Amino acid sequence: MIEVQDLTKSYGSVTAVDHVSFTVNKGEILGFLGPNGAGKTTTMRILTGYMPATSGTARVAGFDVFRESMEVRRRIGYLPENPPLYPDMTVETYLDFVARIKNVPAERRPARIDDALRKTNLEDRRSELIKRLSRGYKQRVGIAQALVHDPDVIILDEPTVGLDPKQIIEVRNLIKGLAGNHTIILSTHILPEVSMTCDRVVIINKGKIAAVDTPQNLTSQLKGGQKIHIETEAPEKLLRDVLSEIPGASRVVIEPARAGSRQTVTVEAAQGNDIRSQVAAKIVEHGWPLYELHGVSLSLEDIFLELTTDDAAHAQSSS
Amino acid sequence: MTAFFFNVILSEVIKQSFQMEMQGMRFGAPSDFDVPAAVMRNFFGILSTLVLFFTPILTMSVYAEERKRGTMELLMTSPVSELEIVLGKYLASLSLFALMLLPTASYMIFMCLRSDPRPPWSMLAAGYAGVLLLGGSLLALGSFVSSLTENQLIAAVITFAASLFIWVLDIGRSTDSGGGTVLQYLSVIRHYEDFTRGVIDTSNLIYYASFIVLFVFLTVRSVDSMRWRRA
Ligand SMILES: Nc1ncnc2c1ncn2[C@@H]1O[C@H](COP(=O)(O)OP(=O)(O)O)[C@@H](O)[C@H]1O
Ligand SMILES: [Mg+2]
Repeated sequence: MIEVQDLTKSYGSVTAVDHVSFTVNKGEILGFLGPNGAGKTTTMRILTGYMPATSGTARVAGFDVFRESMEVRRRIGYLPENPPLYPDMTVETYLDFVARIKNVPAERRPARIDDALRKTNLEDRRSELIKRLSRGYKQRVGIAQALVHDPDVIILDEPTVGLDPKQIIEVRNLIKGLAGNHTIILSTHILPEVSMTCDRVVIINKGKIAAVDTPQNLTSQLKGGQKIHIETEAPEKLLRDVLSEIPGASRVVIEPARAGSRQTVTVEAAQGNDIRSQVAAKIVEHGWPLYELHGVSLSLEDIFLELTTDDAAHAQSSS
Repeated sequence: MTAFFFNVILSEVIKQSFQMEMQGMRFGAPSDFDVPAAVMRNFFGILSTLVLFFTPILTMSVYAEERKRGTMELLMTSPVSELEIVLGKYLASLSLFALMLLPTASYMIFMCLRSDPRPPWSMLAAGYAGVLLLGGSLLALGSFVSSLTENQLIAAVITFAASLFIWVLDIGRSTDSGGGTVLQYLSVIRHYEDFTRGVIDTSNLIYYASFIVLFVFLTVRSVDSMRWRRA
């Protein structure tokens, strides 16, 4: 349904989106996950025809987003980062206006508006002025606006931002309910969001794609992988060298412990390597005291951090 | 709010016009001096000055507000062309402008009904056609300026300055030199005077129509380039 190929967008010298490629299948919910400034909004703006790409192509339902923009715009419902609301309109007149500019025929408009209001739980607010609504309700009006013309593709830029936990759950359920009939891309910088709502995740960082997979696979990919916490007392440089030499150890972080001259050490190991016994052996071999050693498997959270942490910071912490 | 002020100022104008009319009658103005017509010309003259001051305020927020609210993103990702967006916004501001004129029209109709000899309705109609065209031109100019900047104050000031500039091109009218006539032709107010005399001249219509089309076109280009300016 959506094919993105080598999409690049530069703002002057800043490359906000850097050769991004991914596809979204019909009826799928794709999560666009990345920290602030990763390029999520920029990618979505290109897909919706708001701004042109610097290079690369993107197609929605087979239409090029730039050359056949009108065809694409007809098929997309879009919630921008800031909900595009007219504060002096009522919820209903606003949705009617949006339905109108989205070319919904007059006879179908009332039914479409009712449907959008029902899905977003706004039926009792239909005659209220938008400026009188709370943040959460405004966000829902923004989502209703993206649904009102029953588009094939729905693009939601951080749909749960600024909502309270109860509202977040409601919005997630709403989005899940839309899947199947609609193809959905939603962006977020909150990790649990994707594991709860999305079929697939694109992790983007600094304009580049770091990973594309299902939330399950991303978790299990490094499931065998471990993080080992140790508490010991040793010369830092030597300790680091010794631990880094262990086959399978990917990252060593040494911090001074609260108590005396001890250090807490975190060693990360790649998939399928249980290096706990080797770590213990090395430390004992050098005659250092081993106060504590325990392993934890990496969560999706860790994977996200792993994938999006600055390479420079990475190098620094392990050198 | 603006409509209220507009109303107050105009009722003042009308009052004065009535007084002048009364004075004219009391001191036995010559019977061939068409007092209502003179009052009407006077009225439309003042109205045109008000238009100069009010159109920048009407247009300053047209695009700035849309951008600030983020609704430009909605419009520009909807299946409507830039021309549709620009024409829609232009016609909306023109309707608001016409609505603001409505109270003044009711005063004028009242005045015409009460005056003797009654000025021909065509004169009133021509006058209002002139105000709408003059206002419509300045609104088109103002909308264009508004599409260029996000700052409403700057938009209003530039619109006023530009309007004033094309207004006073007419200034050298008394010194009827050859070079002056081209500049005079470009003045927005020069084409307005015929209307206040009840004359609808095709050349004036063409002038205003071209003016409006030109600025609507420039606004379309400017809105279109917003996509690229984000780069
Ligand atoms: N209009 C713009 N002009 C210049 N730089 C921009 C503009 N919009 C975004 N950027 C830059 O592009 C990068 C990606 O931004 P964005 O797409 O908004 O990221 P995200 O939505 O993931 O937070 C950031 O470094 C941001 O500063
Ligand atoms: Mg963003």
